[in-house]
Amino acid sequence: MATKHPFAEYIEYEFKEEEAGFGVPYLVPDSQRTHKDGSAPGGDPIERVGAGLVVIGVVALLVQLVSGAMVGSWVGFSLSFGFPALGASLYFWAKYRHTAPGIKNDGLFFKGSTARGTIGWMVGVGLTTFYCLLYWYPEVLRDSGLVAITDPIAIALTGRPGDHWFVYGLLYTLCVGVFGIRMLMRYRHNRYHIVRTISVMFFQMAFGFLIPSLLKLIEEPEFYFTTFWPLNRYYLLPGENGMAWTATEAAGQVGVYMLLFAGAMTFLGTPILTYFYGKRWYCSWVCGCGGLAETLGDPYRHLSDKSTKAWKLERFLIYFVLAFIILVTAALWINHTRGGDVLGGYTYQVQKAYGFWIGSMFAGVAGVGFYPIFGSRVWCRFGCPQAAILGILQRVFSRFRITTNGGQCISCGNCSTYCEMGIDVRAYAQRGENIVRASCVGCGVCAAVCPRGVLKLENGSSVLLEERYTS
Amino acid sequence: MHITIVGNGVTGVSAALRLRELQPDWKITMISGESDYHYSRPALMYIFMGHMRYKDTKPYEDSFWDEQRIDLVRGWVTEIDAEGHSLQMHDGGAICYDRLLLATGAESNKFGWPGQDLVGVQGLYSLMDLKKLYANVEGASRGVIVGGGLIGIELAEMLHSRGIEVTLLVRESSYWDNVLPKEESELVTRQIRRAGMDLRLESELKEVLDDGHGRACGVLASKLGSATSERIDCSVVGLTAGVHPNTTLASGNGIECGRGILVDRTLKTHSPDIWAAGDCAEIENPGEELNWIQQVWYTGKAQGKLAAESMAGGTEAYDPGIWFNSAKFVDLEYQTYGQVGFRLPGEEHLLWQDEESSRLFRIVHVAGVVVGFNAMGMRWRHRVCERWIAEKWPVERVLADLKDAGFDPEFFTRFESEIASTMGRVGSGVRS
Ligand SMILES: Cc1cc2nc3c(=O)[nH]c(=O)nc-3n(C[C@H](O)[C@H](O)[C@H](O)COP(=O)(O)OP(=O)(O)OC[C@H]3O[C@@H](n4cnc5c(N)ncnc54)[C@H](O)[C@@H]3O)c2cc1C
Ligand code: SF4
Ligand code: SF4
Repeated sequence: MATKHPFAEYIEYEFKEEEAGFGVPYLVPDSQRTHKDGSAPGGDPIERVGAGLVVIGVVALLVQLVSGAMVGSWVGFSLSFGFPALGASLYFWAKYRHTAPGIKNDGLFFKGSTARGTIGWMVGVGLTTFYCLLYWYPEVLRDSGLVAITDPIAIALTGRPGDHWFVYGLLYTLCVGVFGIRMLMRYRHNRYHIVRTISVMFFQMAFGFLIPSLLKLIEEPEFYFTTFWPLNRYYLLPGENGMAWTATEAAGQVGVYMLLFAGAMTFLGTPILTYFYGKRWYCSWVCGCGGLAETLGDPYRHLSDKSTKAWKLERFLIYFVLAFIILVTAALWINHTRGGDVLGGYTYQVQKAYGFWIGSMFAGVAGVGFYPIFGSRVWCRFGCPQAAILGILQRVFSRFRITTNGGQCISCGNCSTYCEMGIDVRAYAQRGENIVRASCVGCGVCAAVCPRGVLKLENGSSVLLEERYTS
Repeated sequence: MHITIVGNGVTGVSAALRLRELQPDWKITMISGESDYHYSRPALMYIFMGHMRYKDTKPYEDSFWDEQRIDLVRGWVTEIDAEGHSLQMHDGGAICYDRLLLATGAESNKFGWPGQDLVGVQGLYSLMDLKKLYANVEGASRGVIVGGGLIGIELAEMLHSRGIEVTLLVRESSYWDNVLPKEESELVTRQIRRAGMDLRLESELKEVLDDGHGRACGVLASKLGSATSERIDCSVVGLTAGVHPNTTLASGNGIECGRGILVDRTLKTHSPDIWAAGDCAEIENPGEELNWIQQVWYTGKAQGKLAAESMAGGTEAYDPGIWFNSAKFVDLEYQTYGQVGFRLPGEEHLLWQDEESSRLFRIVHVAGVVVGFNAMGMRWRHRVCERWIAEKWPVERVLADLKDAGFDPEFFTRFESEIASTMGRVGSGVRS
């Protein structure tokens, strides 16, 4: 009986899956492979060319920083910025071009770079350091020569040598471009992602970089048509704190139009567009922060926390920041109209506190720096006051929703895992409920990774239809 | 009242949650030897492929069970004392019950192949199997998978994702063509080959070879009906030739079983105070030819829910509703609604295919009334397809409203009008 017990084999199994997890299964080494994601063993030659260009670029950058040679020349700039951007783009293109179009998440939780391993942490520390330098020690960027390397392009675009903000804008735009290509290759079976990714790449390149630069070139205010209050608080702040100043004194007529545009987008454009399309029209199609998250952040989207605890924290923090910026704005306006007798000398401090804690620490250092640790949307989810407003609109009156396809959900968890906003999509899908959540940026990745075709982003067009068929 | 449930799969969980809704005060205990918490069985493959961690496959947070006041017990039930209303646990403990639900799921089929119990030979059903697979693939360069169907292709994908060469042995002349119509089956066959897997049709396993130390080192396979067999070296062999209800516990304890645990339409077994549901159950179906054994996720959900209602005094009979299912063959999505492949008397087919993009849509109808749909490479709306079938819509009307059923993401090319016009032109007279 003891040996032939029908449950013997079961009982032998005493694995603690909760504590131990399952770990990483054996991977056949590249050298012994006859196939590798559809491409030849050893990889694509163009992949190697791309990687080579990146290496050359980095070396060129270091040489320039150390020796000062070529700094400020087009050759120097092309080598140290152009080569890496071009090389990385080629690399991603070649890496994916032989693979069959489809979901590419194999091994994501096994790799250090995408599963909070050593490489992930290194990238995180690197990004965080860069943001700290940018905000608080810009002289390091300047004195090192990094800023000067970009002078040729800065002069061409803005008519003057660059500063650290120009370097930042340039790097930012290059990242969106390069990782946009990666995103396009990974999701090339899915036209929603193709169109959306091209959109964020376009808006960053044109409205987040070129147009503001060219405006500077023609001596108009450096205006960003795709940021509005409260994300860009300056546009509705009074006096020398904001755009109102631009409108009145320096820029004259153009500045007034710009200010009107910004105000109209905040109070009219945002609600109207959100009513029709949900917050996605901005957060995953237009916004620069969203653009970076959807491109550079794509390798990290599964790292967002899905727990109820995180959701509670999210609701507290994001509305706290919203309240903060509303108070700051209101206080500054009251102070301004009353000739400074309310806040007096504190005007600057209030605005500065918001700038330091929210604008720099939260949006920059934590928001992007923590990509490889907490996922790509830390700022968008926990901090962004624009997202808070869009979210309220989306939750309360938008036609946008994610529809669940009847009873097809098998609770596998792919949707929740890959939701960058940490929404537990499965919790709704497995009950057959539609998903209407304030934080959903409509990236569409949940719908793309669902292996059973359960989810569909919709602008309400089919809501009536669903009702007609389920009543 | 104390309800005890054996099995924490989707059936057990659906029952527990429904019971909690119906009876806020009853004590509910859910037992499983497999895992501390409920996880999604269909997600097993994604753990191995690194798409998700084990914990991501758990549909509820751990704290949820406390909130619902559902007591979880980890352990194997080895005996049922139906008279004494108590369960014997493998570690010597005992758990009593007033009413018992058996939701013990299924087990992989083995067909008595020589060598099927060697180390390195396994099915893919449970976390035990997953753990085994981690051990079995260590150092492997090739795996052989025996038996087509949905789990076979998943196991093949798993091995493939780790760089292990895969050979699939299936008896059919085209992949899964005992369930899929010819064209769908051909698409899947093509998809598997395109992914770089070695698919051998009309082939069967003769024997798993022993390396002399009780470990598999290869298989002998042959073409159907052929006397000669070929040796394929491999260190892992996957047996995925279907599953059968897990009746070990029930049949060993005097609960009446056929192929599964026999239950009536209210999911009650022939023993007092014991119910059974989900993959392990065989629902008696007087008047019909066959009993129902349904072994998919949504039927487990539905049966678990109904079992709960029945245990709480309900008398509603199980209604399987309009059948549906979905799957993904590597990158090719598949959905089915209603009766496709049922070989109904007088059934006729309308087929639309876009060869290049591997898209396919099929309507099955009997005398012009739709009874089923199949789709590949496209998503369709479940509730709409279901309604059309339930309300016996004529083909013409379905074609006219086909747009209502498209569920592909925004910006995807819509094929509904092309499908409708192709099918409309042909009329409802094509036989396939
Ligand atoms: C790899 C795989 C992929 C699948 N994919 C899909 C899919 O895509 N779509 C779909 O619809 N279906 C799919 N299925 C089928 C689906 O998972 C099952 O139909 C469903 O899980 C059945 O649920 P259940 O609760 O009835 O049984 P199970 O999930 O099997 O749960 C039974 C539980 O009871 C436990 N148990 C058994 N005996 C005892 C005992 N004596 N003591 C204690 N515990 C015991 C078992 O260990 C198990 O944990 C898949 C199945 C597998 C294996
Ligand atoms: S719910 Fe889906 S669409 Fe919304 S943010 Fe999450 S993954 Fe993107
Ligand atoms: S990915 Fe799809 S099937 Fe999986 S849990 Fe989400 S909705 Fe359900």
